[in-house]
Amino acid sequence: MRPSFSIIFFTVLSGAGYGLLFLAALGIAFGGTVGGRALAMLVVGGVLASVGLMASLGHLGKPLRAWRALSQWRSSWLSREGVASLATYLPLLFLVLAGLLPALHASAATLRIAAAALCVGAAATVVCTANIYASLKPVRAWHDPHVVAGYLLIGLHTGMAWWLAFAAGSPWPAWLLDVLLLAPACAVLKWRYWRSIDAAPAMPTTSAATGLAGKVVSLEAPHTEENYLTREMGFVLARKHARRLRRVVAGLFLLAPACAFALWLVLGWPAAVAGLLAAMLAAFVERWLFFAEARHAVMAYYAR
Amino acid sequence: MTMLPPPGPRKLGLVIDLDTCVGCHACAVACKEWNEGGQFGPLPDEDPMGAEPFGVWFNRVHSYAVEPGLGIGDSGLAPGRDAPAPSNPQSPIPNPGLTVHFPRSCLHCETPDCVTVCPTGASYKRAEDGIVLVDADKCIGCQLCAWACPYGAREFSEARGTMQKCTLCVDRIYNETLDEADRQPACVMACPTRARHFGDLGDPASGVSQLVAERGGYGLLPESGYKPVNRYLPPRPRRDGRDAPEAVHAAPEEPFDASRLPPLLRWLDRALSR
Repeated sequence: MRPSFSIIFFTVLSGAGYGLLFLAALGIAFGGTVGGRALAMLVVGGVLASVGLMASLGHLGKPLRAWRALSQWRSSWLSREGVASLATYLPLLFLVLAGLLPALHASAATLRIAAAALCVGAAATVVCTANIYASLKPVRAWHDPHVVAGYLLIGLHTGMAWWLAFAAGSPWPAWLLDVLLLAPACAVLKWRYWRSIDAAPAMPTTSAATGLAGKVVSLEAPHTEENYLTREMGFVLARKHARRLRRVVAGLFLLAPACAFALWLVLGWPAAVAGLLAAMLAAFVERWLFFAEARHAVMAYYAR
Repeated sequence: MTMLPPPGPRKLGLVIDLDTCVGCHACAVACKEWNEGGQFGPLPDEDPMGAEPFGVWFNRVHSYAVEPGLGIGDSGLAPGRDAPAPSNPQSPIPNPGLTVHFPRSCLHCETPDCVTVCPTGASYKRAEDGIVLVDADKCIGCQLCAWACPYGAREFSEARGTMQKCTLCVDRIYNETLDEADRQPACVMACPTRARHFGDLGDPASGVSQLVAERGGYGLLPESGYKPVNRYLPPRPRRDGRDAPEAVHAAPEEPFDASRLPPLLRWLDRALSR
């Protein structure tokens, strides 16, 4: 599949934004205050998620009609994603306002309820985003049980990288959680995902697609030039380099956070910023590969 | 609404005969012509006269070689079966190698994901006749429906910013300004070998349903679960070849004595017998 940059930016940035919002809101839900750095994290997370959502509009042929996408939440994961992302703004805006205007005197209980709602909304939005792709049966590499977990984990890991870059004091537990649990979990999950998609045939044979038993080879394509289908669904480059790119992704997930942690012990926050850059790079490469490596069933008709 | 309507009795669709299709692309051209000028047009092209013409077509005609060998010449389809049978190496019919022309277009599935994934309700299936359509005024051009279709039925137009697909010529088949005989999809009208048939596949008594029953018509990729309505008629079994020489020899020879012929005809008989 042709990796569209608007969708890569959409999924990576909104994933990281909702990951950061989830972590910041988790702190508030467990009794943290909505001021200073927590407020800054809510704002940064909100901006990241919003930039990601705006990037998704770049993929639309008619972006001005995007509001129509909120109507079919009963059947469409894309519509559900839109509804969930908008609903998540409600607790987010409430918390930001409460942080900015102490005169509101929001009670601690209200803040904790809003923070819990933000956690649920952020996670739900990422689940919907992943299901937009995981629900597409003709793309075997997307229609895989590891996809939703991958979007959630990578969103949480990149969100944690942003959180660490902003964290005050000495956030040991958060570093250890990321280095020992989140980042290796991302690498292991991706490894299992790649094993899973390599184990099953990526698309039907031309024989199965046409219903003609026997060995079926394309004698003549329907058109001499490219068309929408071959451009959109006949992207080959990523599969040519898949092995190397998978190593890059797994390596970045496994090694970069540990290196950043070691440097952080010596250098402090600049190492956390370097860790953030590495985590985002890993997420971008992973997402590019996720889209670009996938085969679409229609290419069976083109026998390529 | 992108929720699917309850299944209705009418399932309009096409039956395409892979035995008689000659791969002339007349269906594709007639479709393009009608839909550029019809009520749903224009069917847009980007740079149609340029070095790399690029545009939307609702019909794409593939040509395949089915390689020669044992057990693949009977197309592997038992009559009445929906699924293609796996290749059968024990088949008595040797396959001399086939060229199969394969027109591909929207199959107007009964339970298509292209409808349910649509976030806006632009993609919909009509309850009254099962035709799957795109409302161009609602489509936001997210292209999710094209990704959801394993048959490649949908093509996105950059020029229009919306998704395009076969309408089963809904602007012809109910068009009372046309003669009744012309109320058929443009591709069906144009086919010079009558390899394309249009009708109600939900009615077991209809001509298309009978054709499907008679010839073992099948749907594509039944494992997709989309329940395509359109049916393909498999290539007819090729002649075995083993019976043929016997048949020739079995014909009783007429009594014939060359020596009784005049010289010219005797010479002719000798020349032709060589």
